[in-house]
Amino acid sequence: MSKIVEGLKYSDTHEWVKTEGDIAIIGVTDYAQKEMGEITYVDCPDVDDEVEKGGEFGALESVKAASDLFSPVSGTVTEVNEAVVDDPKLVNDDAFENWIIKVQMSDASELDDLMDASAYKAFIKE
Amino acid sequence: MAGFQYFPHTDEDIRAMLDRIGVKSFDDLYADVPADCLYQGEYDLPDAMTEQQVRDYFEGLASKNPRLKVFAGAGAYDHYTPAVIPYITQRSEFITAYTPYQCEISQGTLRYIFEYQSMICTLTGMDVSNASMYDGPTAAAESMRMMVAQAKKKNTVLVSNTLLPQVRGVIATYAKYAGITIKEIEAENGQTSKASLEALISEGDVAGAIVPSINRFGIIENLDGMADALHADKALMTVYCDPSALAVLKTPAEWGADIAVGDGQPLGIPLCYGGPYVGFMACTKEYMRKLPGRIVGETRDKEGRRAFVLTLQAREQHIRREKATSNICSNESLMALWVTVYLSLMGPEGMKQVNDLCYQRAHYLYARLLETGKFQEVFSGAPFLKEFVLKPLVPVAELQKRLADAGFFGALETDDGYVSFCVTEKRSYEDIDELVKAL
Amino acid sequence: MKYYDKLIFEISKPGRRGYSLPEPCSKCQGADAIPATLRRDKAPELPQVSEPDVVRHYTNLSQMNFGVDTGFYPLGSCTMKYNPKINEEIAAMPAFGGIHPLQKDVPGVDAVYEGMDKALAAITGMKHFTFKPCAGAHGELTGLMIIREYHMSRGDTKRTRIIVPDSAHGTNPASAAVCGLDVVVVKSNVQGLVDVEDLKPLLDDTIAGIMMTNPNTLGLFEKDIREIASLVHAAGGLLYYDGANMNPLIGTVRPGDMGFDVMHLNLHKSFSTPHGGGGPGSGPVGVCEKLVPFLGVNVSGFNGNFGVILRAYAYILMLGRENVKLCGKLATLGANYIKESLKDLYKLPIESVCKHEFVFDGLINDGAREGKEGAATLDVAKRLLDFGYHAPTIYFPLLFHQAIMIEPTETESKETIDGFIEVMRKIAAEAAQDPDILHGAPHTTPISRPDETTAARNPILKYWDA
Repeated sequence: MSKIVEGLKYSDTHEWVKTEGDIAIIGVTDYAQKEMGEITYVDCPDVDDEVEKGGEFGALESVKAASDLFSPVSGTVTEVNEAVVDDPKLVNDDAFENWIIKVQMSDASELDDLMDASAYKAFIKE
Repeated sequence: MAGFQYFPHTDEDIRAMLDRIGVKSFDDLYADVPADCLYQGEYDLPDAMTEQQVRDYFEGLASKNPRLKVFAGAGAYDHYTPAVIPYITQRSEFITAYTPYQCEISQGTLRYIFEYQSMICTLTGMDVSNASMYDGPTAAAESMRMMVAQAKKKNTVLVSNTLLPQVRGVIATYAKYAGITIKEIEAENGQTSKASLEALISEGDVAGAIVPSINRFGIIENLDGMADALHADKALMTVYCDPSALAVLKTPAEWGADIAVGDGQPLGIPLCYGGPYVGFMACTKEYMRKLPGRIVGETRDKEGRRAFVLTLQAREQHIRREKATSNICSNESLMALWVTVYLSLMGPEGMKQVNDLCYQRAHYLYARLLETGKFQEVFSGAPFLKEFVLKPLVPVAELQKRLADAGFFGALETDDGYVSFCVTEKRSYEDIDELVKAL
Repeated sequence: MKYYDKLIFEISKPGRRGYSLPEPCSKCQGADAIPATLRRDKAPELPQVSEPDVVRHYTNLSQMNFGVDTGFYPLGSCTMKYNPKINEEIAAMPAFGGIHPLQKDVPGVDAVYEGMDKALAAITGMKHFTFKPCAGAHGELTGLMIIREYHMSRGDTKRTRIIVPDSAHGTNPASAAVCGLDVVVVKSNVQGLVDVEDLKPLLDDTIAGIMMTNPNTLGLFEKDIREIASLVHAAGGLLYYDGANMNPLIGTVRPGDMGFDVMHLNLHKSFSTPHGGGGPGSGPVGVCEKLVPFLGVNVSGFNGNFGVILRAYAYILMLGRENVKLCGKLATLGANYIKESLKDLYKLPIESVCKHEFVFDGLINDGAREGKEGAATLDVAKRLLDFGYHAPTIYFPLLFHQAIMIEPTETESKETIDGFIEVMRKIAAEAAQDPDILHGAPHTTPISRPDETTAARNPILKYWDA
């Protein structure tokens, strides 16, 4: 059973979002990290890059697969978690603790389209 | 059926196999093919030859080609091939092997690629090399794509006029279909013009530039300040180089390049009418994951033994499909082995000696040609190694004919109406004197 | 095979040399006369070894390698057929090797290109070929460029999308992307063939064409090809034929007759030239008559991989008009024979006559039980190495999660194939009994399974990184 954290928002491409004011903290779900297996690289955007809701902002890589990351919100990247870039295993260790990017949201109402924990739980049908 | 030496099947074998499948004939195996797709005619091919006939046939063809002593370069250089190289590269365990995806039974291939990558890195000064590309021009085109991919929103690549025409040609082809804008950096006194480079950078949209280390006139370029000018605009620099000459010349890394590309042919690969050669491509650590093609890395097996594997494969077409850094799959692995064995034999001393010999003999020819009164200097005082251009004072066709009649291939005409000559360590002083006499 | 743990750098000793060159002139200046600003600071860190050191080192390396001359490669979509030795002798003739690529007046060389052009045209039903592409993917790219040139020459500039089946080789979508084309995926139907109903709505005036592999990567002949060709042509698109799977059709079916306009061949698959551990290959591209004017696209430095073309031409001359007819048929015979001999132990997702290859979807009984994971396709592949076989292509095509793709080629005898079948049955029995035997495989190779995750997380990519 994959871990799901209450109080976060979830996308159908398996990213989670936590908000602090108008900053969205974005990571991938436990379900996603399990699907990928041992993650070998986290490809991140640069600070100040613009991201669009539903647009790619990076990728997770394993030995035999790659999976794009899609931004659940639009805005500007304010921070990239260098720790997961340096040590991608952290995402396998705890996908919720180890966020990937922070985004200054341009339209917080976009969060309304995302799933809550129980909807996401139903979505992944475990 | 009549026997054929590559097909092991006897009539009895075929019968037994058809029986197991539960069909009567070969036709049944193609029953799913619509009748109008089955070829009913006779194939317009010659009758099968015996092995001896094939050998005779090719010996006949080979004898029709004039055997000329090569005094030409222009991207293909007649360096000496030590006997060890064909001996090693013809070993069936190397030549008949597949791509080393099954690493447990491909450690030989993987190890030599790792050695190859290491040698390309020490020659270019770069951090990371891939396992090879098709040839130098395609490696240059891939560097263009890599610089544009890295730049995200910028879409122009600057290409020096002093690069070899075939390099510019292939870059232009790849750029056309990828929708990349190419702008040409002008030549000034036979070298890439820094002023032109800076002017083009100021026009904006520049993802990077491709400039030569030794250019199409044979001149060793001074690339001082170019990387800084590009980096100041967040653009990258690719240096196209001759890896043999890099044993003595300033490395792409020392010039501040982000990417180094070129053709490995000068490292003892026979001319062979243009191929197979081997493109090389290396970059700084920063762009490692944007590099196209295969890369071999070191790791450990379950027992802790040193082992080598294809790595960082998430960049490649078999995983990323249309999002891969390139479509390249097969590269020139065996030619990478060729180059690796060459560089092992030569070592730093041998490579220095090859360059010394080329330098001395090319400068000797240069002086002798000027003495004939049939040529004028074009870029007086410009430093060159083994290749140079002169302005002919007699028709080029006449020069070429005289050379060919005397058994030489040289005096290639450049786009600017000059003629180029190249002298490697294979050409003796006697050869040079004879060539001059023939003129 | 034995484990040998040296790198050439580790047997280096200053003062040793492996070369023999004339002494430079002692009175004249050498490369040191080049201005210091243009010279490198210190010499490259190349090894210093004697000739016997080099020969022994690389011979030892070779002994950790498997090749076609060592044993059987049931490697799907790779056509690992025997590499005739006369071809090597011809490619090594100094009279070919010494020719500069810009040399004109080389009738013996011209005859090779002309002969190959004619022979390949006869075998494929195409009009003419270009030999510039250096490998299969390079051929795909070249062919797609030709398709784009054709449309552009007619002022038809909005055709920037290309249809690629979901079962296609990874190079197809990647080549399309390099060519500036957007990929539109067409689905396979339950028979594993391109779904014509799914294709129809995709065909509009933005479609440059379709790339197809026939037989496809499941080894199945796309029997609706004529209908697909008419639909695509009617919509103004062209058909590209991926020659990776040409082998079963050699001597029986010609892509030109199926309605294809452009194709590439892999001389290192279908025409017997050695794979070389990943190249050099050669990917000549053939076109139908109306596309001949666009054959000149400039995709490589000189004249393609002439040395490879020579080998393939020698093979074709040995094959000749009669033997060519058996080439594809014997390859197809071998594949169907293996399929029928193993389908009681390995899942055959689509029951049908195959061509040169077919795909299993893992073991029927993988041995999974309480507290024990079953044997996966990877485990079967690795266990095969213990028995002296190369592994099949695995986890491709992506349509099946446990895909095992097997292609025997026409140069393998019934005895070799029977031996392989026997081992595959033995492995299936081992899995049913105790899948751990497979999980630990291979046991007899120079190394066991390596840690690929660490290799990717902390890349060591050259000698000095370690």
